[in-house]
Amino acid sequence: MKRISAIKLVVFAAALIPAAALVYGFYKLYYGIDLNALTANPGDYITDQTGTWTLAFLIISLCVTPLRRLTKWNEVIRLRRMLGLFAFFYGTLHMLTWVVFNHFFDWNAMLKDVGERPFITVGMATWVILLALAVTSNQYSIRKLKRKWQSLHRLAYAAGIGGVIHFWWLVKADTTEPRRWAAGLGLLLGMRVWWAARKRQFFIKGGKPSPAVR
Amino acid sequence: MPSTGLLRASKPSGGAGMSCLPGSPYNLAMLIKKPSDIRSSEITPKSLYLRRREFIQVSGAGLVAAGFAACSDEAGAQGGGLPKLANVKKGSPLSTSEAPNSYEHITSYNNFYEFASGAGDGPKQNSKNFKPGNWKIKVDGEVAKPADYLLEDFIKPYTLEERIYRHRCVEAWSLVIPWVGIPLKDIVDHVQPTSRAKFVKFTTLVDPTRFPMQRTDLLSWPYVEGLRLDEARHPLTILAVGLYGEVLPAQNGAPIRLVVPWKYGFKGIKSIVRMEFVEKQPLNTWQQQAPNEYGFYANVNPMVDHPRWSQAREKRLPSLFATTKTQMFNGYADQVASLYTGMDLKKNF
Repeated sequence: MKRISAIKLVVFAAALIPAAALVYGFYKLYYGIDLNALTANPGDYITDQTGTWTLAFLIISLCVTPLRRLTKWNEVIRLRRMLGLFAFFYGTLHMLTWVVFNHFFDWNAMLKDVGERPFITVGMATWVILLALAVTSNQYSIRKLKRKWQSLHRLAYAAGIGGVIHFWWLVKADTTEPRRWAAGLGLLLGMRVWWAARKRQFFIKGGKPSPAVR
Repeated sequence: MPSTGLLRASKPSGGAGMSCLPGSPYNLAMLIKKPSDIRSSEITPKSLYLRRREFIQVSGAGLVAAGFAACSDEAGAQGGGLPKLANVKKGSPLSTSEAPNSYEHITSYNNFYEFASGAGDGPKQNSKNFKPGNWKIKVDGEVAKPADYLLEDFIKPYTLEERIYRHRCVEAWSLVIPWVGIPLKDIVDHVQPTSRAKFVKFTTLVDPTRFPMQRTDLLSWPYVEGLRLDEARHPLTILAVGLYGEVLPAQNGAPIRLVVPWKYGFKGIKSIVRMEFVEKQPLNTWQQQAPNEYGFYANVNPMVDHPRWSQAREKRLPSLFATTKTQMFNGYADQVASLYTGMDLKKNF
C-alpha cells in the first residue's frame, strides 16, 4: 500500500471518532449505563458537537492547500476531498438535529426559522453549499465541469465564512469560540489572498507561476 | 402535528435493559415522549412497578448497578451529600405533581455566568472550591427596617418550604426542580417597604476570587435582577436556599437565590447579597446585555419568540426533542395572569 493510501485510511478512521463517541454516548444513555453520557440536554449536546465538527472539518480541509504549498508535500491534496466530505457528513447530521430534535419535522416552523432567523438562514445556506460541493466531488463532475469545477469549489471559502457567522450569531454573550474559528479561517483565507496577489505580480513581471498554486 | 409513531414505539416494554424504573425521570420514555402526553391513567400503578422492580432486580445481571441506583424514583433518596435542611414543610399545593429531574441533571446542566459561559456543566466544574462562608445580605432602600444580616439570621424567622416547580430556561429547555425556600412575601412583609417602593432590586456577590468569570467583561458585573413589588409578593415567588432537601450547591446559586417559576430562568438571580427596594424599574443584566432579546419581565410566553429561536416548544430534559408545548406563564397562568392585566406582553417581554 502506498503511504498516502495508508494515511487516508488513518484519517478516515480518525474522522469517524466524533461520530462514534456520540453513538457510544447514546448507547450508554439508552441502556441507562450513564445517564449523563450526553449531558442533561442530549439534544443540544449532539447539535453542538456535530456543529463544531462541521466547522473543524471545513477548516481542516482548507488547511490542505497551504500545507501542500508550505511543505511541498504534493500528495496531501489527496486527502482534501475526504476531509470536505466529512464536513458535509457532520454538517448534515447537524442540520438533521435541528429538523428532528428542535422541530420534530414541523415543516412550517422550519420554514419560519429559515426565513426569520438570520443565523438559521446562514446555517442552511452553508449546508446547501456543502451539499452542492459534495455531489460534485466525484471524478465525473470534475471532468464534466472542467474549469467551472474549480470556481464552484471555491465556494468552500464561502462555506467556511458562513459556518463561522452562523456560530457567531447564535452565541448569547461569549464570542470567544467563534472568534477563534474566525481567526483560524482568516489566516487560511488571508494566505490565499496573499499568494494570489503575489502570483499576479509574478505574471506582470513575466515569470511562470509555481505549479503548486491552486 | 408530528407523527408520534416513534414516540409511541418506545414505551417501556419492561425489558430490564430497555428502560429504568417506571416513574423515574431517567427512563427512555422520558427521553422520547413528551411529558404533556402522559395522562395520569397511563402512569403505571405502584403495585405494577414494584413488581417490575422485582423483575429488574432478579434480572439485574444485565443492568449496571450504577444505572439502577440512579433510577431510584424516590425524590428523598436523591441529593449530593450536602448538609440537609431541617424542618422543611412539604406538600405545598403550589408544587407540581410532575416528577422532578434527577439531582445529577439539575446540578450539572445550567447557566451561571459567574462560573462559566453557556449552559452545561461548566458552572459545576468551576465552582468546586466555592464556599459561601459567612454570607451576608443587605436589605436597604425604601424599607422601614433596613439591615445587614448574616444568612442564618436572615432566614431564621421563616418556615422553609419545599416547592417543586417547572423551570423554563430562555434557551427553550426545561426541568422540574424540587427547591427548598422561603416565600419572598414573608420577607418583604417583615422588612416593611415604604409607600415609595415599587420594585425590588437584587444583586449578586462580586468576588472575582470565587467567581472566575468576573475577571472578564463577559457581562457587566454585578449581576442584577429585579421584580415588581407585586411579583415579589406573589405566593409562588421564593428565595431558595435548598435543593432536594439539602443546602444549595454552588452551581445552582448557593447560598440563596431567587426562584420565579413563571419567568425565564435568568430572572432567578443567584448568590444574592443585596435586596434593595427602589422606586424605579431596575435595569437587569441581560436586558443591559441585549435589550432586543431580553426584557425586564421575561415572563414565559409561547407567543413571543426570542429573536433567534421560537419559544413555542421546549425540551423537557432529558428529552432529546423539543416536543413539549411551552405554556403561558410556564403553566402558572391561573395564579399570575392577573398581575399583567391590560399589559402588552409583546412589548413588555
